[in-house]
Amino acid sequence: MSILVLDKLKERFGAAILETHSAFGDDTAVVEPAQWKAICTFLREDPALDFDMPIDLCGVDYPERTPRMEVVMHLYSVSKGHRIRLKARVGDDEMSGAELDSVTSVWPGMNWLERETWDMSGVRFRGHPDLRRILMYPEFEGHPLRRTYPAQRTQPLVAYRSAHEAGVPVDKLAPFGPDEGMPFGRHPHPRAEDN
Amino acid sequence: MGDVTSLALDGSEQGFATTRVDALLGWARKYSLFAYPFVTACCGMEFMALTSPRFDLARFGAEAPRFSPRQSDLLWVVGTISQRQAPVLKRVYEQMMEPKWVLAFGTCASSGGFYDNYTTVAGIDKLIPTDVYIPGCPPRPEAVLDGLMLLQDKITRNDRRPGAVKPRFDPVQEADRLVRLRRSASDPRDLVPALKEQEARARALASGGDR
Repeated sequence: MSILVLDKLKERFGAAILETHSAFGDDTAVVEPAQWKAICTFLREDPALDFDMPIDLCGVDYPERTPRMEVVMHLYSVSKGHRIRLKARVGDDEMSGAELDSVTSVWPGMNWLERETWDMSGVRFRGHPDLRRILMYPEFEGHPLRRTYPAQRTQPLVAYRSAHEAGVPVDKLAPFGPDEGMPFGRHPHPRAEDN
Repeated sequence: MGDVTSLALDGSEQGFATTRVDALLGWARKYSLFAYPFVTACCGMEFMALTSPRFDLARFGAEAPRFSPRQSDLLWVVGTISQRQAPVLKRVYEQMMEPKWVLAFGTCASSGGFYDNYTTVAGIDKLIPTDVYIPGCPPRPEAVLDGLMLLQDKITRNDRRPGAVKPRFDPVQEADRLVRLRRSASDPRDLVPALKEQEARARALASGGDR
């Protein structure tokens, strides 16, 4: 069953299927970004495949690769009970050309998932009806799940209280240490000596 | 500032009592806290346990929630505060009438917890003054009651300095203590006497059945 999906894809699209692999019933096809929408439409409409349920869509950043961003889509067929994972690699080092065709016309449920992928990874979807941020606020700059986003950078909407207002240095506000009262330590756990 | 002892009603044996107005006000306020629960995350489950009859928040006069900040004087911040929620929290606080107090319920509200990233405000004290911090992920209802009693004590003393509920024992040390205890016992059943009793009972029952 699971091989059938990849076989049908390869038979229909040939060179547009760049790589496939299948391990433990888990099928993956890396596809040509230009053919993204055509492949999705085929998967949705072919009666033998019938992928009627979009599960997930996200971006994975590999800064050392070119193209850098991998968009991963998971699909499931309720009627046939099979799954497939599609990947498309887009975007150069500066993330220019990180664009794909929107598949909201194929699965309306992809609307919010594409917005999330845009919000978190900065992949644009051509033809999306309403490509706004969905998790972060509109004032947020950058895309936090890119590897180039500084891990410590926060963008507060409200100015933090100043040390003058609080009467104490702001980083010392809480009257306890960073470890106190937590069920786990940030410092390595001191092991009991082995007997 | 009044202290707790000034509440002892001087001269009551002569049929009248004296106290100071601020001490009397503090005493009245600490038993009539009207809570505004700002519940955003999983600590809310523990908050529900706290307000249920088993732990009985009504003993402290703080059981009545008011779902308008304008009618409440105690803000419970229960859970993680994301950057996106920060303006809402600040606005809720600003709408409350003086005098008002803020309780940070759980590690996330107190310090951001392990959410050390772009989404989360690292402790509500970055936004609003906080009176009592209750660490724990989530805190036990007993720890929260400790925090509430600490707040009541502060209200009586008119003390606005922040305070934290200290854990009864250091969790890091506690893990080691358990490991040492386990290693010190030759038979692990020695650590739990009830297990041995249960075994003895089972043996007695089995031998009784043979007869």
